[in-house]
Amino acid sequence: MSTENNTNFSRRGFLKASSLASGGLLIGFNLFTACKQKAEMPIDITKLNFADFNAFIKIAENGMVTIFSPNPEIGQGVKTSMPMIIAEELNVAWKDVVVEQGVLDTENYTRQVAGGSQSIRFGWDALRQTGATARQMLINAAAAKWGVSASECSAKEGVITNASGETLGYGDVVKEAALLEIPENVALKEPKDYTIIGTKAINVDIDKIVSGKPLFGMDYKEEGMVYASVLRPPAFGQELESFDATAAKSINGVLDVITIGEKARNLLNSEKPGWSVKLSNSDKVVVIANSTWAAMKGKKAIKAVWKEGSPLESTDAHDKALVKLLDGNKFKTMRSDGDVKKTFAQADKVLERTYESPFLPHNCMEPMNFFASVDDAKVRLVGPIQTPEDLATAVATMLDRSLEDISVEMTRIGGGFGRRLYGDFAMEVAEIADVIRKPVKMVSSREDDMTTGVYRPAIKYRIKASVKNGEITGYQLKEAAVNGNMYGLIPNFFPAGAIENYQVDVASLKSNITTGAWRAPYTNFLSYAEQSFFDELAEIAEKDPVQMRLDLLQKVKGTKDEKIQYSPERLEGVINLVVEKSGYRTPKEGVYQGFCAYYCHNTHVAEVADVVIENNKPVVKNVTVAVDCGIVVNPLGAINQIEGGVVDGVGHAMYGDFKFKDGMPDSSNFGAYRLIRNSEAPKVATYFVENDLSPTGLGEPTLPPAGAAVSIAITKATGKRIYKQPFTKNMVAKEIIG
Amino acid sequence: MPTYNLKVNGEKQVVEAESDTPLLWALRDHLDLVGTKFGCGIGQCGACTVHVNGTATRSCLLPVSALEDKEITTIEGLSENGSHPVQQAWKEVDVPQCGYCQAGQIMTASAFLETNPKPTEEEIKIAMNGNICRCSAYNRIQKAVAIASEKIG
Repeated sequence: MSTENNTNFSRRGFLKASSLASGGLLIGFNLFTACKQKAEMPIDITKLNFADFNAFIKIAENGMVTIFSPNPEIGQGVKTSMPMIIAEELNVAWKDVVVEQGVLDTENYTRQVAGGSQSIRFGWDALRQTGATARQMLINAAAAKWGVSASECSAKEGVITNASGETLGYGDVVKEAALLEIPENVALKEPKDYTIIGTKAINVDIDKIVSGKPLFGMDYKEEGMVYASVLRPPAFGQELESFDATAAKSINGVLDVITIGEKARNLLNSEKPGWSVKLSNSDKVVVIANSTWAAMKGKKAIKAVWKEGSPLESTDAHDKALVKLLDGNKFKTMRSDGDVKKTFAQADKVLERTYESPFLPHNCMEPMNFFASVDDAKVRLVGPIQTPEDLATAVATMLDRSLEDISVEMTRIGGGFGRRLYGDFAMEVAEIADVIRKPVKMVSSREDDMTTGVYRPAIKYRIKASVKNGEITGYQLKEAAVNGNMYGLIPNFFPAGAIENYQVDVASLKSNITTGAWRAPYTNFLSYAEQSFFDELAEIAEKDPVQMRLDLLQKVKGTKDEKIQYSPERLEGVINLVVEKSGYRTPKEGVYQGFCAYYCHNTHVAEVADVVIENNKPVVKNVTVAVDCGIVVNPLGAINQIEGGVVDGVGHAMYGDFKFKDGMPDSSNFGAYRLIRNSEAPKVATYFVENDLSPTGLGEPTLPPAGAAVSIAITKATGKRIYKQPFTKNMVAKEIIG
Repeated sequence: MPTYNLKVNGEKQVVEAESDTPLLWALRDHLDLVGTKFGCGIGQCGACTVHVNGTATRSCLLPVSALEDKEITTIEGLSENGSHPVQQAWKEVDVPQCGYCQAGQIMTASAFLETNPKPTEEEIKIAMNGNICRCSAYNRIQKAVAIASEKIG
């Protein structure tokens, strides 16, 4: 079962130390992988090589600890929570710790990705081991200096004390510590002894954020830099035929108009295009200017003629094709237990429902942008990206350069949600810089960002279940999705293992609209479909919906099936907690509550949404959340992620809509596209199941259950079930009470 | 190219730009004040909010040619060292997730509290409704505005 700690790294030699020429102890370690045995530690701090170690800590002679972490920060808080884990085991005061974003040298470096809510889960062991080992080295050095046994010494807040009460600061022994053998199998603290983990730490970048300091890719600037605006095909399927740049070139500030696309196509046609397939294979017109505004104006003034390279698709056609897939028999079976067909035939009652979701854009607040500078010696890339390693590899292939020529510097990221896993925009600016050979920053307008994006694919689920003698006997889920299907272990989430006859089948519709990961891929919609279905299933089975889940979970306890991902005990724990805290058993007059429990991204969550009717419309007032993510490293950051995930989930389920006609999206900015706003956000109350289990991530898992809880609450309020997102467009006025 | 005399954060600035250049881009590209953020360009998201003569204003729609003799305050000029009660409250509550929209949120909140120092919860929600936070840190934004209101006292 995956809820146990399954981080895997080699203990021997996972970290190395050196004494810095400028004073201080430097320790290099790896977060997700074992380091190379032959890796050399620098003695010059400016020569940190993230190829050898993907994180470093420096302990200065004044006792200050600097943690260099090149992990991308997209707002999920790891730049604060990961160093907390080191500081805990190192026994230093949190106030004496500084966190610096490491610059990445891309030569052979190891995996650095922000995605899948996995940073904390995978970093937990390595971070603790590093902190503890460094602490022991410092203690050993002090003990040697005193000529006493290390076991007589202890360390607290950066100060080592021996049995006779003498003290030495960490800074006093850093030089000696660096020369000592690195101890192995150092004991880690018991959770009950934690003094930093579990305390509320404020975001380490807070001062810069609230005073408007340059942090984001959009803020990046260099001497001599020009600005670029890229005109891409307005419809998916279109390609550039010709263009007239006369008007654009006459705009003050426009320096040049060029085209790009040839090099991108070379990469797309290569053996290993990787995620660069998210790039359009059309030529694009690029306006180069001396300001962002001139570049944007120039782009608007380009008169382009587009031709049809592949068919222009529409949501209507997708809808029909997806239904046809669900009606057909071209499925791939992801999991099959027992015999659903036979079970359905022998049932007392059978329920079958279809759930539908639209495409969704990511709409990061910081529109896509990137900086590039290309010369014969180097390719420098700076900006917001969740997958720097893939970017470097793709750019090296695209520009036919050695990987050693490429460097990627990561800026703080103004929202990711999956969009910045794909670096199509950064590849474009690399191609631009390769043509113009000047430092250049590409800035997308909101319209560019929303209409030439990578989208959450439209999906339809058809779920069928049977009841016999009051028991759920069979369950079959069919998925029809654009460009791919649910992956890996998702078919083994609840209710897999809880229902004897169980089957998950998937089928996919190929589209030329680019699609990809969107916060909690697949489960962001699957949870709504399945959990809404369970609520209706409980109704026909004449069972209490909460009790029905608890009864099903009983059947999973003690399972020998290693594929089952969730823990029935932990899911039960969050269910009981949310029922208690939300007042679910004692509902208030006029408040309609919807319950949902869900497991994804290794975290167990249950939510209850409270809906009231105001002005004849259902309004989501409160959401109570119970979370089991193991040890809560930073409650302040954790609750921020949880609240954000819930409100984001409510918002997109209620309002998120994005249709295509003739290959073009039906909305291009926040006028037509509705995102949840302040006055529409429910109040979120968060409760944690307290335990000492290894921590799991929180960037995604609270989003999926929110839509389900809201849909069930709305159903209670209006008497009508909703089978399609967004809810606001799929409830007609007469369905609403009043 | 024409030049415009702007007064930004108490200092006189000369900007050489086309007359239709929005204040947002004059601040970001010409004056290196990048705290004011670009979000949508159509006045819908509030990321670009600054104060013009004390009023919260969307800088993405406001041409530099309309700003002579106006007092412009950006996030960089709200206080010298992040000590404005709204900034303090933002830190205390730990509002930001990605942080990109927060300068705009803070500028909207600070102008709002000038006109309504003791708002109700509902008034806060309505005042802050024009500022999108894609990370959906709305609960904390509401809380921080309420705390800032107490600090202003």
